[in-house]
Amino acid sequence: MASSAKRAERPLSPHLQVHALPINMLMSIIHRITGAALYLGSALLVWWLVAAASGEAAYNAAAGFFSSWFGMLIMLGYCWALMHHMFGGIRHFIWDVGAGFELGTVDRLAWGTLAASLGATVLLCFVAFAGGGS
Amino acid sequence: MSLQTPLNRVRGLGSAKEGTDHFWRQRLTAIANIPLMLFLVWTVLTTFGAPYEQVRATLASPFTAIAFVLLALSGAIHMRLGMQTIIEDYVPAEGPKLVLLILNTFFAILIALTAVYAVLKLTLGG
Repeated sequence: MASSAKRAERPLSPHLQVHALPINMLMSIIHRITGAALYLGSALLVWWLVAAASGEAAYNAAAGFFSSWFGMLIMLGYCWALMHHMFGGIRHFIWDVGAGFELGTVDRLAWGTLAASLGATVLLCFVAFAGGGS
Repeated sequence: MSLQTPLNRVRGLGSAKEGTDHFWRQRLTAIANIPLMLFLVWTVLTTFGAPYEQVRATLASPFTAIAFVLLALSGAIHMRLGMQTIIEDYVPAEGPKLVLLILNTFFAILIALTAVYAVLKLTLGG
């Protein structure tokens, strides 16, 4: 079947690129991207833990990195990815019980996920800077 | 090319014995990750910029240590399952797929056990 040299010119079914990127589709992709980012970023969390277990010099080196502007940027991104992946996961739990499949609800859940993740990130930043450095 | 139907080809070979395991474990660890991960975020935020001895004392407390060990295990299982799906979706060639799936498992175990080791060292002394 796949080995036939000449393929019949048959119409192809519409694929991803014909759709106007519905918000639900975008959130699905972002859920996967944030998951992959969290996967890789787990190594940084482990570095932080191992540094704390290794002693003061190692910990200060790690803490120095995380309090640099680059480290802060990574933490901000990681924080948002965590929040987004969590709210996206909660959205999946709603679908898992068979609810929330109406088109309007699907869109609202997608926007809600984005709004909640951004809101939670801002809130956590506020907490970090209001209570941090203590 | 076989004239057998796909169903007929697999009939009698038995099930893969896994069924909904992947789905179920993904959801189970997802539920566990929510409170554990929020606790991690809270711990990182409240110790951010704190002197070493304070961070060490926080991480060494039994409550934090137990939560972190649970998170290391639940999180590693969750991220291994998730990355497995990504690999299976995007890597069609059998060889590279197998290699990546093996590396995925190694990475998850490495992350989990290194984190557990660090937390145990902090909380049990040494």
